[in-house]
Amino acid sequence: MNHKTEPVQNRRRRAVAYAGNVRQGTWGWARGHHLAIAGAISLILMVTASVVTLPWSVQWFNVQGLDSAVRHPPSMMPVVAFEHYSAASATPKTSDRSRGLKPAPREELTRFVHRATSWCGHDDLGRSLLFRLLPAFLVSLAIGAVAALMAVGIGVAWGAAAALAGGRVDLVMMRIVDVLYGLPYVLMVILLKMALTPWLTSLFGGHSLYADLAVLLIAIGGVSWLTMARVVRGQVLSLRAEPFVEAARAAGAGPFHIFRRHLLPNLIGPVTTYATLVVPQAMLQESFLSFLGIGVQAPTPSLGRLAADGVEAVNTFVGYWWLIVFPCGILVVTLLALNFIGDSLRDAFDPKSRVHGPAL
Amino acid sequence: MIARIIRRLLAGVVTIACIYTVTFVMVVSLPGNPFEQGGRHLSVEVEQALRARYHMDNNWLYFWEFLQGALRLDFGPAFTYNDWTCNQILASALPVSLLLGLLAMLIAVMVGVPLGVLGAVKRGGWLDAATSGFVLLGVSLPTFVTGSALLTVFAVYLKIFPIGGWGTLAHLPLPAIALSIPFIAYIARLTRVGMLDVLGSDFVRTALAKGVHPRTVVWKHALKVAFLPVLSFLGPATAQAMTGSFVVEKVFGVPGLGQHFVNAALNRDSGLVMSTVLVFSTLLVAFNLVVDLLYAWIDPRVSESV
Repeated sequence: MNHKTEPVQNRRRRAVAYAGNVRQGTWGWARGHHLAIAGAISLILMVTASVVTLPWSVQWFNVQGLDSAVRHPPSMMPVVAFEHYSAASATPKTSDRSRGLKPAPREELTRFVHRATSWCGHDDLGRSLLFRLLPAFLVSLAIGAVAALMAVGIGVAWGAAAALAGGRVDLVMMRIVDVLYGLPYVLMVILLKMALTPWLTSLFGGHSLYADLAVLLIAIGGVSWLTMARVVRGQVLSLRAEPFVEAARAAGAGPFHIFRRHLLPNLIGPVTTYATLVVPQAMLQESFLSFLGIGVQAPTPSLGRLAADGVEAVNTFVGYWWLIVFPCGILVVTLLALNFIGDSLRDAFDPKSRVHGPAL
Repeated sequence: MIARIIRRLLAGVVTIACIYTVTFVMVVSLPGNPFEQGGRHLSVEVEQALRARYHMDNNWLYFWEFLQGALRLDFGPAFTYNDWTCNQILASALPVSLLLGLLAMLIAVMVGVPLGVLGAVKRGGWLDAATSGFVLLGVSLPTFVTGSALLTVFAVYLKIFPIGGWGTLAHLPLPAIALSIPFIAYIARLTRVGMLDVLGSDFVRTALAKGVHPRTVVWKHALKVAFLPVLSFLGPATAQAMTGSFVVEKVFGVPGLGQHFVNAALNRDSGLVMSTVLVFSTLLVAFNLVVDLLYAWIDPRVSESV
């Protein structure tokens, strides 16, 4: 890599690393990325727990308990007998098999996992809250991740195209973003969801669960690319004026070559940062839609769905605290972790955020 | 300056027209219609007559008729609320949301800006950590959780405020606080970042070297510049807060406008959807204009450069 084509971010990163070393002492823990690392570790732990227990949770998340288990508070000992759950997991329906779900795991292992069923209490149908939270976490995270991917895909293409085309095209494209910004966000998500539902349901051949998730993803992703488009456009506009892009153009490189070889590597920093911040936003939106009753359809659990159910349960009787504390706790920990990681990335990629004056 | 205002106003009108068109296209292309909501089953003839009455069988005509009505401030009937016109619904819900939103934004600025300044000035200390933690919690917690928590603590246990409803002064604080929490978080974050930028600039160093009291430097000289990004955030944020929030209204039982955004869309009530959107976009354009003027007032370089 010769000097002129070295990504600006690399040069900046070196400068920032230097400045960071000089100033490390004054900032203490907030300067380092301890919070981001803690966030990443807790995310990895939660993902691992959800994935490892997936063979059980896909079969148990909707198993309703006996009367004694209805709204049973958390306890270390299982409230619902093992046979009740093993009946659900021992005879996987043929439809489950055909959908590619794993056959029932070995019994000793299942017995071991069963001991955890009451750790987070039971909900108003006696279902194990823990085994609803585990898949819910994955569902919510998937919604956030896909929304972020959509934001990256549409946002980068839109922003870069506007900036590279320039002139009137740029004006029109950015005006469109302005108008979409001007639409009330909630309304747009709801309208998108309602317009897409029948169409996608027929596309998925009546598999309403998949259609439902797809609609939710498109509705949330379809409104989260706007900020990304603005950020990317600004970034491309400032990069285009850099000498190394001018040099490439003078050497006869076409716009696509310049974009791919010279602009894209420099965009990775800010794009990753904003993508990380889109994930918690999308998860928050999903919880909001679930609260409205148009999010993930029952019985599929998502963190937002469980939190919204918990709010309703706690509104009737505050004593059912576990129904709100556990879903909200996991939601908050996830969102905090993602925000820590995003902020930390922004610090690393954006040297401006590290310009400091004297401490007063 | 006047030319600038006129240009801005024209751009605003264009924006509102675009927003109206996009909303219209989306509402009209929705499957189903408002007349079959709420368990009503109309005969084919009645439905056709209703559609013809409101020009729904001809989208072009419907588009222009509604626009003409809206220009006369007559938004027509709300299809899913018997005997209510959109005007009556707006008249009953908008003042509630305007009051609540204004109060929430006042709280957000009064709390968020000092938090951000404190975080920047005491950066690295425990105060900075505390404000940053609060900001992240504010961004991460869904409003229905914070709202319910406020309600549980202050209304159910401490019995300081009524549990829900609207009408007296005591009904105001809890929903206003719940509505303001995410805005406080954003404003504090923006202020902190802006303040960190400004505190490193030459004029701050000069002022401090001259012997100006640090308090004056921070709160008068630096804040004036650091407040600019907050100001541009306040435009859209105020419009959003003042058109109500469905969640806050549902949790606290407030009869505001936010519920109509959601219910109108869910019921495919095209007239109500478009009237609420028009109200929102008008407020948005108006507040952006106000923010623009304030911007030029605080930072005279802006008006010179255009």
